[in-house]
Amino acid sequence: MDLEEAEEFKERCTQCEAVSWGLTDEGKYYCTSCHNVTERSKEVINSDIIPNAQIKALNRGLKRKNNSEKGWDWYVCEGFQHILYQQAEALKNLGVGPELKNDVLHNFWKRYLQKSKQAYCKNPVYTTGRKPTVLEDNLSHSDWASEPELPSDVNSPFLESGMESQSDVHTRKSLRISKALQSETSVCSGSLDGVEYSQRKEKGLVKMTVPQTLAFCYLSLLWQREAITLSDLLRFVEEDHIPYINAFQHFPEQMKLYGRDRGIFGTESWPNYDDIYKKTIEVATFLDLPRFPDITEDCYLHPNILCMKYLMEVNLPDEMHSLTCHVVKMTGMGEADFLTFDPIAKVAKTVKYDVQAVAVIVVVLKLLFLLDDNLEWSLSNLAEKHNEKNKKDKPWFNFRKWYQIMKKAFDEKKQNWEEARAKYLWKSEKPLYYSYVDKPVAYKKREMVVNLQKQFSTLVDSTPTAGKKSPSSFQFNWTEEDTERTCFHGHSLQGVLKEKGQSLLTKNSLYWLSTQKFCRCYCTHVTTYEESNYSLSYQFILNLFSFLLRIKASLLHEEVSLVEKELFKKKYSVTKKKSKSKKRRR
Amino acid sequence: MSDFSEELKGPVTDDEQVETSVLSGAGMHFPWLQTYIETVAIGGKRKKDFAQTTSACLSFIQEALLKHQWQQAAEYMHSYFQTLEDSDSYKRQAAPEIIWKLGSEILFYHPKSNVETFNTFADRMKNIGIMNYLKISLQHALYLLHHGMLEDAKRKLSEAETWRHGEKTSSREILINLIQAYKGLLQYYTWSKKKRELSKLDKDDYAYSAVAQDVFNHSWKTSVNISALIKIPGVWDPFVKSYVEMLEFYGDRDGAQEVLTNYAYDEKFPSNPNAHIYLYNFLKRQKAPRSKLISVLKILYQIVPSHKLMLEFHTLLRKSEKEEHHKLGLEVLFGVLDFAGCTKNITAWKYLAKYVKKTLMGNHLVWVQEEWKSRKNWWPSFHFSYFWAKSDWKEDTALACEKAFVAGLLLGKGCRYFRYILKQDHQILGKKIKRMKRSVKKYSIVNPRL
Repeated sequence: MDLEEAEEFKERCTQCEAVSWGLTDEGKYYCTSCHNVTERSKEVINSDIIPNAQIKALNRGLKRKNNSEKGWDWYVCEGFQHILYQQAEALKNLGVGPELKNDVLHNFWKRYLQKSKQAYCKNPVYTTGRKPTVLEDNLSHSDWASEPELPSDVNSPFLESGMESQSDVHTRKSLRISKALQSETSVCSGSLDGVEYSQRKEKGLVKMTVPQTLAFCYLSLLWQREAITLSDLLRFVEEDHIPYINAFQHFPEQMKLYGRDRGIFGTESWPNYDDIYKKTIEVATFLDLPRFPDITEDCYLHPNILCMKYLMEVNLPDEMHSLTCHVVKMTGMGEADFLTFDPIAKVAKTVKYDVQAVAVIVVVLKLLFLLDDNLEWSLSNLAEKHNEKNKKDKPWFNFRKWYQIMKKAFDEKKQNWEEARAKYLWKSEKPLYYSYVDKPVAYKKREMVVNLQKQFSTLVDSTPTAGKKSPSSFQFNWTEEDTERTCFHGHSLQGVLKEKGQSLLTKNSLYWLSTQKFCRCYCTHVTTYEESNYSLSYQFILNLFSFLLRIKASLLHEEVSLVEKELFKKKYSVTKKKSKSKKRRR
Repeated sequence: MSDFSEELKGPVTDDEQVETSVLSGAGMHFPWLQTYIETVAIGGKRKKDFAQTTSACLSFIQEALLKHQWQQAAEYMHSYFQTLEDSDSYKRQAAPEIIWKLGSEILFYHPKSNVETFNTFADRMKNIGIMNYLKISLQHALYLLHHGMLEDAKRKLSEAETWRHGEKTSSREILINLIQAYKGLLQYYTWSKKKRELSKLDKDDYAYSAVAQDVFNHSWKTSVNISALIKIPGVWDPFVKSYVEMLEFYGDRDGAQEVLTNYAYDEKFPSNPNAHIYLYNFLKRQKAPRSKLISVLKILYQIVPSHKLMLEFHTLLRKSEKEEHHKLGLEVLFGVLDFAGCTKNITAWKYLAKYVKKTLMGNHLVWVQEEWKSRKNWWPSFHFSYFWAKSDWKEDTALACEKAFVAGLLLGKGCRYFRYILKQDHQILGKKIKRMKRSVKKYSIVNPRL
């Protein structure tokens, strides 16, 4: 660093406002007081004074290529492939069948590369005449069964160089030069095509992003009809059971990330249900996938099974299951045609299985207890009296008692969740930086943070809060043994149903609709959910369930409205005409 | 089974009605507005979870600090350090200061923390971004002072003083002055210790000259360190006080007076009662003429009319030859007794009783009336209620007498306070009370004899 040469640069430092510049050995200005490095470089400002600066820089760059500082040449899609590979591995560890990784996800991914013209096609998209990493013949001599594991695709350009023809070596050489040129000028990235990739904009193209990897995972889970719903998947991501945030830190040592890669692979948010749901449909349509395997009654994703699961989760009586089944049947939501995802249908849409199942339970709760902040409490009084008199019988379900227990459990859970989120550590061990000169600063900062954390962890109680939770599709656990937290699974609904002939009717004969009017325009929104307009018990139930699924309460409210729309079709179409009385059989 | 769908609650079948009621509703609310405003503030983008969780983390820390849960605070702090790596450069630059403030607070109180941990933390934080180096150094030194580690504190201050990095900015200049001044203050402390030693020594003692030499050296260094700071507008009481003490010790009265005058009268300085008090005390020590003392206290009277020096002020005014000073003397006394904290000040009451009588005797009824006019609404219940009469008499009969006299003069002999005290039969005070009764009859402003 030569300070004299930097004297003509007179701007103030953006960080500390000092005017005291030095030159890095890559010709960029850095502030001597705070080590902030600018994007401005010496050559650009003063090219007439040092005419051969550019050449010097080039030489230097080429020399550096030989040491391992710069790492391998790699493409952005390889990065995503690596993330997908990790995610598939994690899913396998969660108990998902191995076919998901080896067949389904792999297949989808290859299809994606082909559709987006990145590989497996005649004219790959790389504009500068570069060859894509995965060679054509690679595809031709492999079939699904003998296909090696996913990472081989990543490694092939680096390790299986023997496979490369002489001409490939040539192209790679020229590539290196262009890369060297590139990294010495202002725009840069660790990957070969990071800059191009972030600029690529084509109509109809679905570009890979980190959230998109989850869309791929979910599609494969759906294809395999695995027992993981979208909300489960996202929760596992949040609980760090599936690599997502900073997934790049597990890239091989030689795959260096910086500059533009930061924007492509860095994530500072957890995935959002609605967003991933939309991306899933988008990806499936882009891949032009055929109709998915049917969701039948024995599938986990079928509402009858999911309803059972969620009834258990929120500690509601098993007897409610027959009612949910009834609602599912009446609305036609249990049919395979309704449930199965078909991306090539006219309007590609898939069902939010988990949200829908929960919505059915909410509807059933409304049928039984009305949830108007009034009837549910008077029914609870009845149940309480009955239970006191008949201590030996199967107890009647008492809504109030359930509410008290659930409220406590829910508040605790939510508090823990919020605290855990606040304590979440976002930053990876491998800091992402903008350019090579930034690297030492970024690493120094990282080290600083680690040291500070080390210091403060000595102040924290020596017993660390129970480490990573083991993944589970259940968040609450209710057992008969626990006396503190009553388990309501075995309680009966007798108090809220009455016999009439051979059928059982709900004692409550009223109902209110969550939405009075659906929007007739083409917008997708069904209704807005304004909490204060609804009863407190309804709010509580929505909050409870939406917390379980980690979605917004309004999303669930929307789904409840949709279920009601199906259930009370007549009410919506013919308002005045009396509808037929419905009978409930048990 | 009666069908539940048939008897849907009212509004369901009557869409129109609901809609109109929503539209015409007086209680308009826009649930979307809040979220809209929030998104506007961050440029339309959804706030990243990183930003959300770190700000939640910050409020958890603040809550823990508020509840003195140092352990929890440290736990959250562990996560909060990542804001140093925030990708938002604005937040990243603000982070070190926040972390320093929170972290030093935690380490100050945490049971497992000690000086060593604090030192490590401070040294680390100093070197994250140079913006906070001086501020942290200063606070670090104050922490060491708090733990009685004078020498270490001094060393830290010297380190900070000689630290040079980048360009000098004006804010940095003030900090450097402050650091130097604190160093000066520490030197003053040693000096004043030495001075005490010196005063114990005999002049003929062989150690005397050595110590005296030491004292002199210190004073010289200190004056350099402090004088720069106290020229900058601000409140520098301890610095000024010690500086003046040293100047006085070495006989530089003019210098001391200049410093104090400047500190009290320079308009750029914030209004500071202590500045006037220091000046007054100095002038009193110097036996300055009365008029000068009066002019200093006049300003203090305007800032703090209830200050205990006001009684001295009154005495000065009373002794003055000017009539306007006599009038002001009355005002000052009334002013002091306006304050709840002074109601039991017997000297003030004694002065007031005497002075009101004197004023009335001197035919300045108007002055008393003028003062009384604004107070007659509330003084009777504030000072002269029956309750006070009883409790004052019980606690301090002398005070009760003085107050009764004033009450009598201002409210006439029918006043309850006066009557209550009069009724009390006290052997020693009997004569005094009689005299008082006579005076009241003669001078009371109620039904004045023309």
